[in-house]
Amino acid sequence: MRAPTQRYRNILDFALSSLLRRKGRNLSLTGVYTLVVFVLASLIFFVQALKREARELLVQAPDMVVQRLVAGRHDPILAAQAEAIRSIRGVLEVRPRLWGYYYDPAFGGNLTVMANEHEPIAADAVWIGQGVARNMRVNEGDLISLRAYDGLPMLFLVQKILPTESELVSSDLVLMAPRDVRSLFHFPEGLATDLAITAGNPRELPTIAAKIVERFPDARPILKAELLRTYEAVFDWRGGLMVVVLGSALLSFVIFAWDKATGLSAEERREIGILKSIGWESSDVLLLKFWEGTVVSLTAFLSGILLAYVHVFFFSARLFEHALKGWSVLFPRYRLLPALDGYQLTVLFFLTVLPYTAATLVPIWRAATVDPDAAMRT
Amino acid sequence: MIELVQVVKTFQAGLATPFTAVDGVSLSIPEAQITVLKGPSGSGKTTLLTLIGCMARPTSGRIHLHRLPGNVLPQLQAGDSVEITSLPERFLTAIRRRTFGFIFQQFNLIRGISVLENVMLPAYPTGEDHRSVEARAVQRLESLGLGRHLRASVERLSGGEAQRVAIARALINDPTVLIADEPTAHLDSRLSEDFMALMGQFKAAGKTLLITSHDPIVHGSPLADRVVELRDGQIVAEP
Repeated sequence: MRAPTQRYRNILDFALSSLLRRKGRNLSLTGVYTLVVFVLASLIFFVQALKREARELLVQAPDMVVQRLVAGRHDPILAAQAEAIRSIRGVLEVRPRLWGYYYDPAFGGNLTVMANEHEPIAADAVWIGQGVARNMRVNEGDLISLRAYDGLPMLFLVQKILPTESELVSSDLVLMAPRDVRSLFHFPEGLATDLAITAGNPRELPTIAAKIVERFPDARPILKAELLRTYEAVFDWRGGLMVVVLGSALLSFVIFAWDKATGLSAEERREIGILKSIGWESSDVLLLKFWEGTVVSLTAFLSGILLAYVHVFFFSARLFEHALKGWSVLFPRYRLLPALDGYQLTVLFFLTVLPYTAATLVPIWRAATVDPDAAMRT
Repeated sequence: MIELVQVVKTFQAGLATPFTAVDGVSLSIPEAQITVLKGPSGSGKTTLLTLIGCMARPTSGRIHLHRLPGNVLPQLQAGDSVEITSLPERFLTAIRRRTFGFIFQQFNLIRGISVLENVMLPAYPTGEDHRSVEARAVQRLESLGLGRHLRASVERLSGGEAQRVAIARALINDPTVLIADEPTAHLDSRLSEDFMALMGQFKAAGKTLLITSHDPIVHGSPLADRVVELRDGQIVAEP
């Protein structure tokens, strides 16, 4: 029985046995190929995961934040200004926020200490993020000690550990009662870190911001969209920088692939000649080489993706974190939420499989179109 | 029957140093007979084989294949004739695959794979079921006394065994014509005689055999029905 698919299967069978015949060469090629996919995939996964986390963080952020500047630096703002801003048309809500950074010398990282705005927290109690709990090795019901502004320790009961919905958002977070934040930082009554503003119509935000600056010239309104753009630009820039550095690796790989996959040895040329002379068409030889290339490409692509996935989402991209995170010295370690999207995989596929295919196609086509009588003359 | 009419093959035609390997050869090769092309090196024997076997095209002249087997091309019936010099590569390959089996001087087996897989190779692109091809390959190899070498790598075979593998491979698609290029060049006298005996069996089975050789065991064999002598690309003697 001659099925159209049988020809493909027969040639695939032979392609596999051909690959096994040249184990050393094909394993080294697949190994280098996997490494390139792994590096590029780690980079893309990591940058995308950071951007996704940043977007999630900003979903919960207010539409606009108003800070006060003194000599160009961020300074506490008068909570009373909230009333004046609330009177601007289009403003729905203004919330004075109370927060600050606390440097913990024990694990060399900054914590974000914040007064809980949504649910009341008892005095001398805290809710902490997963990263803080991990680093301090505490569970719910334990006590933690923070050094106040005057150097004296303050004891807090860990009442709740925040869920892992997004660790980037909550990893370094310590939530407490407003009174405790003021005690810890010696934050005067009547002042807030900034004002969080919610608008009825997001399109009116630039107008509202302009009115705030007009009324309070020392105020600095920051729109959510601006924050998002800044985050994306920073991560893209870092990612782009890495791509430039890794570009040389990619180029080396293309040259390597060209040499290994296309620099057909005399033995391979002889084999192609034999196949042509015993009744294989050029298209059969191309199909054979296509299968060989596909097996190498797909094996390397899938292995590289799998390794990158584990590297980024289970080991927090240890190999690149210093280059990509930038703030890792001060920022507590966190784990990114595992996620993949089709677009990223498609981009990766085109970044890795396409250059390889392009590098191998032309020389193979040249060898495949060798005259069948060549075998008679060797 | 294969019929050649004023066939010329010139290499590097149009360049400064053209070389005419086959020069105006007209020849009829009857069915179910052994035809031997003899002549010194460079006389054009191998080039003529490649032209007849649809591996290359002549510069001029015509080659007709008469009484083709079935299943060669969809537009041809069993018993049809076809003029091959103007056919595109795809059709030439299909004709070569179904009509001709080749036994090369160097055997041209693929190293690193088994005897069995070497024999099955010509059938892979036909899309025939793998198991039926395998069964046929095993049967061919067993009939040639190679049953115990099925899974052996071809590098381990002696010269005579390697040639029998090449013969089994040439027979896998059940061609009507067997073409052998200097088949005894690497064999001793006893193996050369064995080879001719085998060719005699194929002739008896109705195969057409076309052999190039300057070995007296081949062209002097009583099994050879016809010996055509070539020199400088031309036929000089046809007893």
